Amino acid sequence: MSDKVVHALYDDDDVLLSAVKMIRSEKHHIEEVYTPFPVHGLDKALGLEDTRIAIMAFIYGCIGLCVAVAMMNFIMIEDWPQNIGGKPSFSYLENMPAFVPIMFEMTVFFAAHLMVITFYMRSKLWPFKKAENPNPLTTDDKFLVEIGIHDNEKELQTLLKKSGAVEVSIIEKSE
Amino acid sequence: MMYTFPNKLRNLAIVFMAVGLIGLVYGFISAPTTVAEAKAIVAANHGEGHGTTHETAPASHGADASHAEVSEHAADATHDAEHDEHVFHQLSNKPWAALYVAAFFFFMISLGVLAFYAIQRAAQAGWSPVLYRVMEGITAYLLPGGIIVIVILGLSGMHLNHLFIWMDPEVVAHDKLIAGKTGFLNVPFFLTRAVIFLSGWSLYRYFSRKFSLAQDQANDISNHKKNFRISAAFLVFYIVTESIMSWDWVMSIDPHWFSTLFGWYVFASMFVSGITTIALVTIYLKSKGYLEFVNDSHIHDLGKFMFGISVFWTYLWFSQFMLIWYSNIPEEVTYFITRIEDYNLPFFGMLVMNFIFPLLILMNSDYKRINYFIVMAGIVIILGHYMDVFNMIMPSAVGDQWFIGSAEIGGFLFFLGLFIFIVFKELTKAPLLAKGDPYMGESERFHY
Repeated sequence: MSDKVVHALYDDDDVLLSAVKMIRSEKHHIEEVYTPFPVHGLDKALGLEDTRIAIMAFIYGCIGLCVAVAMMNFIMIEDWPQNIGGKPSFSYLENMPAFVPIMFEMTVFFAAHLMVITFYMRSKLWPFKKAENPNPLTTDDKFLVEIGIHDNEKELQTLLKKSGAVEVSIIEKSE
Repeated sequence: MMYTFPNKLRNLAIVFMAVGLIGLVYGFISAPTTVAEAKAIVAANHGEGHGTTHETAPASHGADASHAEVSEHAADATHDAEHDEHVFHQLSNKPWAALYVAAFFFFMISLGVLAFYAIQRAAQAGWSPVLYRVMEGITAYLLPGGIIVIVILGLSGMHLNHLFIWMDPEVVAHDKLIAGKTGFLNVPFFLTRAVIFLSGWSLYRYFSRKFSLAQDQANDISNHKKNFRISAAFLVFYIVTESIMSWDWVMSIDPHWFSTLFGWYVFASMFVSGITTIALVTIYLKSKGYLEFVNDSHIHDLGKFMFGISVFWTYLWFSQFMLIWYSNIPEEVTYFITRIEDYNLPFFGMLVMNFIFPLLILMNSDYKRINYFIVMAGIVIILGHYMDVFNMIMPSAVGDQWFIGSAEIGGFLFFLGLFIFIVFKELTKAPLLAKGDPYMGESERFHY
């Protein structure tokens, strides 16, 4: 991998989208795109793989549901049987309606928290991590496309200018 | 492109209506006219099981204290006669209840679509204008369907059937609870309310359709703005009247029992059935080569609504059920005891059809873009919500004497045929693309 990259700044998300499509149709590999807000359709234009977080959310939810069932069965039926609404039946199934809110909440709790943790792990994010943002303008109103250079500096520069970039700069990565 | 009503579909609708009518007529003819006939029917249906019917019968009217007392002396001859009389009333109610369930169900679909349509208009939604003509087609059923329901209510008011026991002065005289409600539950006020509600909804439907058609020819967006304004006003009117309508037309069938979220519950049911019907009609028209501007992102969004409102319906169903089950107050809990004991299969079956099935089928994002899955889930949801209305009306009207017979199937088919006939006839009357809508461009480009 080259340690020289070109940074192209755009000031409009529509221009960025068509630029990304144009760059990809010219068979250049886009390393990364930095945007101040999620741009609708950018993942498809970049050809990114679909996220698999949805299937994980389903699995996490199922785990939460099972934990809730086991937990309520232990607490309310086995360990300390309780009289629920005048129904001292001591059977999980017969008292199940009373546990549905807990089952629901635990499903949501597990799905939400484990999804966030999964997302952080997959994105290699953790608390106090230093931001990897190459240009602070992308947190305001500019969009940045980063492309690796493989002896095609001139070609890339003209292409990016043509695609509507407001600024094109060559960056030497220090790592 | 103008839509033409294909002869095949028209004939199918007419066949549905004809078969349904035969089923209904047969249902009415075979209903008993005397107590002796009712006894014969029960004996024929249950054979040796007559004794067991006898035992479960008090549960269906357990709210009635005097009745419960009587049931302690099950062998008592007076009770036997009273019980036979009761079964006779239930059986003679049955075809009426079947007719009413089906009439109300299809009417409810068009009212649900009208609410959905008004929300799109009031929210100035950008994704849905390509579906406006489909929704307007479905809401064409509102007026004829509503008139049929009100005629049935009027016939009840004339004591041609006993769907609403509070309409019977004899019952009211011996029932303090109902007597206390006569200020609200009396036939003239009841029918006046019904007419006012239907007129309000139909007026909105009429003007909204008019402005929508006028917008196609207009050079400015004044019609669109008018539509926005009346839609917002309609939604306020709708949520109040829909709630009262659900107490009147459904909850008052069991005048001893009440639930404060019943209006929302019926709303959720009509909303999800309505959205499902929009999706089914859209997919049908698309499969015939119309609606080429509707893409799978629109279907995807309808699928999301079907999924979301199915869960919303379950939330309300459970909220209503759990509080009553938990508190276990006799006059409240009879509602669910009747349904669990006498209607076990339809009661829990509808939960599977309206919640578990759509939840599992429509959860995956990709499946919501596949017409096959939407149609499959849609048919189950529609039938499930028919069962929902069935469970709301039948237990109070016919008690444990229910079965899906010729009147039930006939009623469903008749109103299905009428619904198809009116809806697709309306679709031929205007271009399928509301081309004047200012959001049409956005809607046509809509993608996910």
